[in-house]
Order: sequence, then structure tokens, then C-alpha cells
Amino acid sequence: MKTCLVVDDSSVIRKVARRILEALEFKIVEAEDGQQALDACREELPDAVLLDWNMPVMDGYDFLKALRRLPGGDQPKVVFCTTENDVAHIARALSAGANEYIMKPFDKEIVEAKFQEVGLL
Amino acid sequence: MTPLDYDYLRRLLKERSGLVLSADKQYLVESRLLPVARKAGLGGLSELVAKIKGNDARLTVEVVEAMTTNESFFFRDKVPFEHFTGTMLPALLASRANQRRIRIWCAAASTGQEPYSLGICLKEMKDKLAGWRIELTGTDLSGEVLEKAKAGIYSQFEVQRGLPIQLLVKYFVQNGDMWQISPEVRAMVQYRPLNLLADFSHLGTFDVVFCRNVLIYFDQDTKIDVLNRIARQLEPDGFLVLGAAETVVGLTDAFKPMADKRGLYVRNGPAAKAPALRPAVAAVR
Repeated sequence: MKTCLVVDDSSVIRKVARRILEALEFKIVEAEDGQQALDACREELPDAVLLDWNMPVMDGYDFLKALRRLPGGDQPKVVFCTTENDVAHIARALSAGANEYIMKPFDKEIVEAKFQEVGLL
Repeated sequence: MTPLDYDYLRRLLKERSGLVLSADKQYLVESRLLPVARKAGLGGLSELVAKIKGNDARLTVEVVEAMTTNESFFFRDKVPFEHFTGTMLPALLASRANQRRIRIWCAAASTGQEPYSLGICLKEMKDKLAGWRIELTGTDLSGEVLEKAKAGIYSQFEVQRGLPIQLLVKYFVQNGDMWQISPEVRAMVQYRPLNLLADFSHLGTFDVVFCRNVLIYFDQDTKIDVLNRIARQLEPDGFLVLGAAETVVGLTDAFKPMADKRGLYVRNGPAAKAPALRPAVAAVR
């Protein structure tokens, strides 16, 4: 079973994402901000990260840059999932190493399509 | 809606679009046509049927379009586009090296996602296609969806299903919450209204025909007729792409499936050997 780290400061979004991803047979680990997510990744790298942009303590963009610098192991596929829906943010995310990008609001079909796109399904 | 109204609509839709509705699809008709009735200021489907029986041509077109418009998304099913870039185009680049011309037809273009997906594939291969003339024609029964296709404007929801984010950024222009296909991809596709039940020989011959997820709505005889007429419009070494739930097997000998290429078909001998056209199918447009 693949693991997905869901990083979002909204407990509602984490709950919705968990429901969608568990139906796609992912084991879910949750983090409320980028720092918590980075700590989790230092413990064990997941297969996938579903990542919000705007969060307290450390935002998704800074987390991604730090994640891509972590040594060892297979780097996870990172799918941003954010309300930052403009081309400039998307371009920044891709250049920082994001694999896909979901513009909120999202649903199961979109998550499934994007996870398929990066070879997670 | 009374059983008589439903029977009338079934007959109308079969005659005008080839759409075959089984007796248990009344819910589908109601869900699609109630908005049409409301938009026309009518009280319900019985009133709608009465108007159509009274030869309201505009309303009849709206009913047919409402029933035949289907969901579409970019790079739908993915595999056909891999066949396009990995099998069809390499073969055509070799066989058409003298003419340097390729003609592609999307026979059920709907709101444009399929032809634009092919356009994007072609743009991604532009180095190999330098100096080539590529014609990409999209046809659909519904004028309304073709207007949307021509505009090439899609919601955030529509561009997120099937379209890799890199291609979205590369080939679309953002305008608020909407995304428009870039002018250079939009200019690659010519759209025309066309009913597949009617004669389409005037379109000329093609090297590639995408005819996906439309035959499933036709009855057996109509499928056979459409496939045999497509065979006549396909070059002897051309390719036909059908939807995942569609096949030529058991319908016509004009095509044969390509081994290990799901949904991809090639001509089976010269077009002249295709079975004769059935005369009884109504030409609507």
C-alpha cells in the first residue's frame, strides 16, 4: 500500500482528502503545516505528498524546496492542492520540483486524474 | 411524461441523430430535457413534445443537441493519444514524406477537447513536422458545442481532468477562472457541423479518423453504415480510432484491429471492398 502525506492547515480539507485517497487505497499521514510535513519526511519518505500552499509556520513552497534537498531514498511525487490558481504560482511550483498541481476546489475525479498522471495509480 | 411522449422522443432522436434509447432510459430523457422545456417557458415534457409535434424546428434542434451532448475532457483515455504520437504519426511521417501532408478528422469533436489534445500532441512534435501541412477537422452534430469548441474556453474544472499541468501552462491562456486554448493551437482546428447519419464524402479523405464514444449510441445497422462510410473516407494506410467500449468486430470487414493497440484499427483491403451503403438511413443535415 502506498503512503500519501496530506499537508493542509484545514482539518476539513485533510478529512476530504483522506476520504478520497483512502478510497484509492493510499495509507494517509497528515500534517498541519510545512514544518510538520518536513519532520514526517525526515522520519520516512512517503510515496506521495498532497500539498497546500498557504500554511502557518512553513508554507508548501518552502516545504517543497526543503523536501527536494533531503538526502537518500526515493523522492515522493508532490501534487500541490491550493487556491493559488494563477500561472505564476504554478510555474514557481513546477520549478521547485512539484509534479502536478490541483487548483481548489477539487473532487475525487481530479485527484484521481492527477495521481494517475504522475504514475501513482 | 407519458409513455407515448417517450416513444415519440425515442423515434425522433433515432431519426435525427442515430441515438438509440432503450425503454428504461426515460430518466435520462427527463433529466436532459426538463431544462430545455424550462428554458423555452414550457410547463413540462408533454408540452415540449406537443411543441415539437407542431414543427417547432428550433426546439427540435435543442432537444437533439441536449440529448447528444456528452462529457469530454482533454487526453481522454490517454492511450489513443499515445497511439497517435507513438504509432500513427511515425508511420505517416514515413509514408507521406513526399506529400508532407496529413489530414485528421475528429468525427465527434464535442466541445473541442479531443481535437485540441491532438493539436497539442502535434505542437509537441513540431520539430519533426516542420514543413508539413497538417489539417485537423472537428465535426459534431451540435452547433452549440461547436461554438464552445471554437471559442476554446474551459473552466478550471474542465482543464484539470486529463491535462498535465505542464501542458496547461504551455498551451493555455488564463483569464480569471477560465482557461483558453492558445491561439496557435486553436488555429490548427477547423470545425464544421456534421451529422454522421448524413453523407460526409464532401470532407474528402483522411489519414487518421478519431470517432470515439459516438457509435455506442447507435443501433447495429447504423454502426455498420457509419463505419463503412468512414472506411471510404480513410486512406488505404490510414488509421481509425474508436472508443474503449467500441469495436468493428462483428460489424464490418472494412477494418481490422491493430495487434496490441487497443482502440486502433486499420483498413482491411481496398475501400471498394467495403459493404455497400445501406440506403435507408435518413440524412438530416
